[in-house]
Amino acid sequence: MSLKSKDLLTIEELSSTEIQLILDTASSFKEVSTRSVKKVPALRGRTVVLFFQEPSTRTRVSFELAAKRLSADILNVQTASSSLVKGETLIDTLKTLESMTIDALVVRHKCSGVPLMLANMTNATVINAGDGFHEHPTQGLLDMLTIKEQKGKIEGQTVTIIGDITHSRVARSNIHGLQKMGAKVRVCAPPTLLPAGIEKMGVEVYHDLDKALKDTDVVYVLRLQLERQKKNLFPTIREYSQLYSVTSERLKHAKKDAIVMHPGPMNRGVEISSGVADGPASVIDEQVTNGVAVRMAVLYLLKGEKGENNG
Amino acid sequence: MKSILIQNGHVVDPANQIDGEADVFIQDGKIAKVGKGLKVKADQTINAKGKIVTPGLVDIHVHLREPGFEYKETIATGTLAAVAGGVTSVACMPNTNPPIDDQAIVHFIKSKAEKEGHCHVFPVGCISKRREGTEMSEVGELKKAGAVGLSDDGAPIMNAELMRRVMEYAKMHDLVVIDHCEDMDLSNQGVMNEGHASTVLGLRGIPAASETVMVARNILLAEMTGAKFHVAHMSTAGSVELVRQAKKKGLNVTAETAPHYWSLSDKSIKNYNANFKMNPPLRSDDDVAAIRKALKEGIIDCIATDHAPHSSTEKQCEFDEAAFGIVGLETLFAVTYSHLVEPGVVSLSRAIELLTTAPSKIVGINKGTLSEGAEADVAIFDITTEKKVDVNNFKSKGRNSPFNGWNLKGWCELTIVSGEIKYEGN
Repeated sequence: MSLKSKDLLTIEELSSTEIQLILDTASSFKEVSTRSVKKVPALRGRTVVLFFQEPSTRTRVSFELAAKRLSADILNVQTASSSLVKGETLIDTLKTLESMTIDALVVRHKCSGVPLMLANMTNATVINAGDGFHEHPTQGLLDMLTIKEQKGKIEGQTVTIIGDITHSRVARSNIHGLQKMGAKVRVCAPPTLLPAGIEKMGVEVYHDLDKALKDTDVVYVLRLQLERQKKNLFPTIREYSQLYSVTSERLKHAKKDAIVMHPGPMNRGVEISSGVADGPASVIDEQVTNGVAVRMAVLYLLKGEKGENNG
Repeated sequence: MKSILIQNGHVVDPANQIDGEADVFIQDGKIAKVGKGLKVKADQTINAKGKIVTPGLVDIHVHLREPGFEYKETIATGTLAAVAGGVTSVACMPNTNPPIDDQAIVHFIKSKAEKEGHCHVFPVGCISKRREGTEMSEVGELKKAGAVGLSDDGAPIMNAELMRRVMEYAKMHDLVVIDHCEDMDLSNQGVMNEGHASTVLGLRGIPAASETVMVARNILLAEMTGAKFHVAHMSTAGSVELVRQAKKKGLNVTAETAPHYWSLSDKSIKNYNANFKMNPPLRSDDDVAAIRKALKEGIIDCIATDHAPHSSTEKQCEFDEAAFGIVGLETLFAVTYSHLVEPGVVSLSRAIELLTTAPSKIVGINKGTLSEGAEADVAIFDITTEKKVDVNNFKSKGRNSPFNGWNLKGWCELTIVSGEIKYEGN
């Protein structure tokens, strides 16, 4: 079994079988990170470029660890140190990197569609590490792995995503992935933070948090970009918190055994209370752990020995 | 000057209610005679059997890019693209550098067009100085120099007071005010139509209301001032309804749309290909249906391309960063024929009207007919042979077409401008 594409660009294009394969592979890689020598030789001699054109610590560190634990050679190319600031086009930067014969390019970019554009122009494997408001496939995969571990299965779960859906690539990847795996997805936000036609993506739309949480198995809280307030997307952080902050009190509306997730970094006291973030329902740390495993799995399936014959 | 006889073609000349086989005789650069079986001696005879013979097309929304952006297009290449598409008259938009906000630039464009151009060029002057949307340009001087309309195209007039005053003032000079109707605040840095498609692609949306509210405001101001107001590149169902009401009231309001607004929708945007990025953006299926209906019902007065050439580096980049606009001159008739006439939305004769007399009337130029004595601007089209669009064959410097690879009928075979053959296809 292998993945169909040379790249991982979106969850939208993955089949449920492919998602299952990545999750199963990730599960087996989790063990590596618990060893005292946390390294396997699967990607020895391969060069992985971390091409991050937008500030990111978590995702970049997670990918870097994943690649290192697979014994790949890592090259970090970030905005400040890249020639992009000198006005070079993205295509020229890609050509330069490609001329140095790289194997995989992990791309984070503020503009939606950039990983896809690059993938169409290179023979190297491109992995989307988050593009604009479009997708963040490895985040969606690590979230699905976490749900599967916590709940036994993804199918049949009711997952409620709360917060700024409009500007969230995490929400989009999760909506695509969770629905493919048989979960029911709700979104909850004021209309100003819901993108046009979101209901056509198959989700149930809520504005009232308590109603949205009813019968929910997984409470997924998104980070609120505080600067959105200046764009009149909500009046004040205070009012947003009153309406949408997931607190211990409001969590009571969800199922008793509901779990709480957050892609980080959190604004404690804004979209989530510390009580919930650190409470028994929180699986936020597990998400981070699973992030490394999922990224190892993706790199391995696309660039490891067995993943080699997938063209 | 050689006399030319075009024989046995299917002549479509809506101005003279001609729609059938006839000959066209051209002498001294003028249409000398149109009729069946003309017995005349010509220096050159062209057999147009099985072909469509029409007045040269008139496109009142073209960006020739000169002066200032010669790397995108020049008056020479833009007008060559025009005649390659059967277009013999273009009105060029003033978002050049310097912009056409001064009579000197009008003179510059006209003299350049005379020397290097391949078809008639009619400059549109700026509404505001430097296209900044604050102070009125020298409208009277622009008119005297030869401007046929006023627009800050590319930029809307956000200041309603300026729009009111320009309409009042332009009325005195009998100039049409053409607005790129867009509320910039509502557009909010959007890059495509707001809807399900933009949500899935994760791209910032431009709501339909961004255009529609501006069309509404401008119609109200046209009613208040009595000015001639023309909606550039209309794309939404809401705008269609507003123009319908304005016409019912008898206001001097006209509208154009472009081929991509009836042949493509926001669902057509695939792989973040910036050749599908223009402003206004490709709209929803409902909007597309409304535009087609409006063309059929005559709510939309004419077709224009909004031909907007850009260099490849401005298009082969991040969708967010890519320039707005697509080229259109060389595919204008083919997309009109294949996606409007063939499916039966409008008749061939109505399509020719939308491309000739109707636009001429809006900007007040004496073009788009085969009337005896008119300047001999003629196009011959082949509507039976299907050919694939290949941007690499374009005469325009721009390769930014969403129609690349499409199989279309309706290709220009020959273009005559003022009695001279300016383009011959293969």
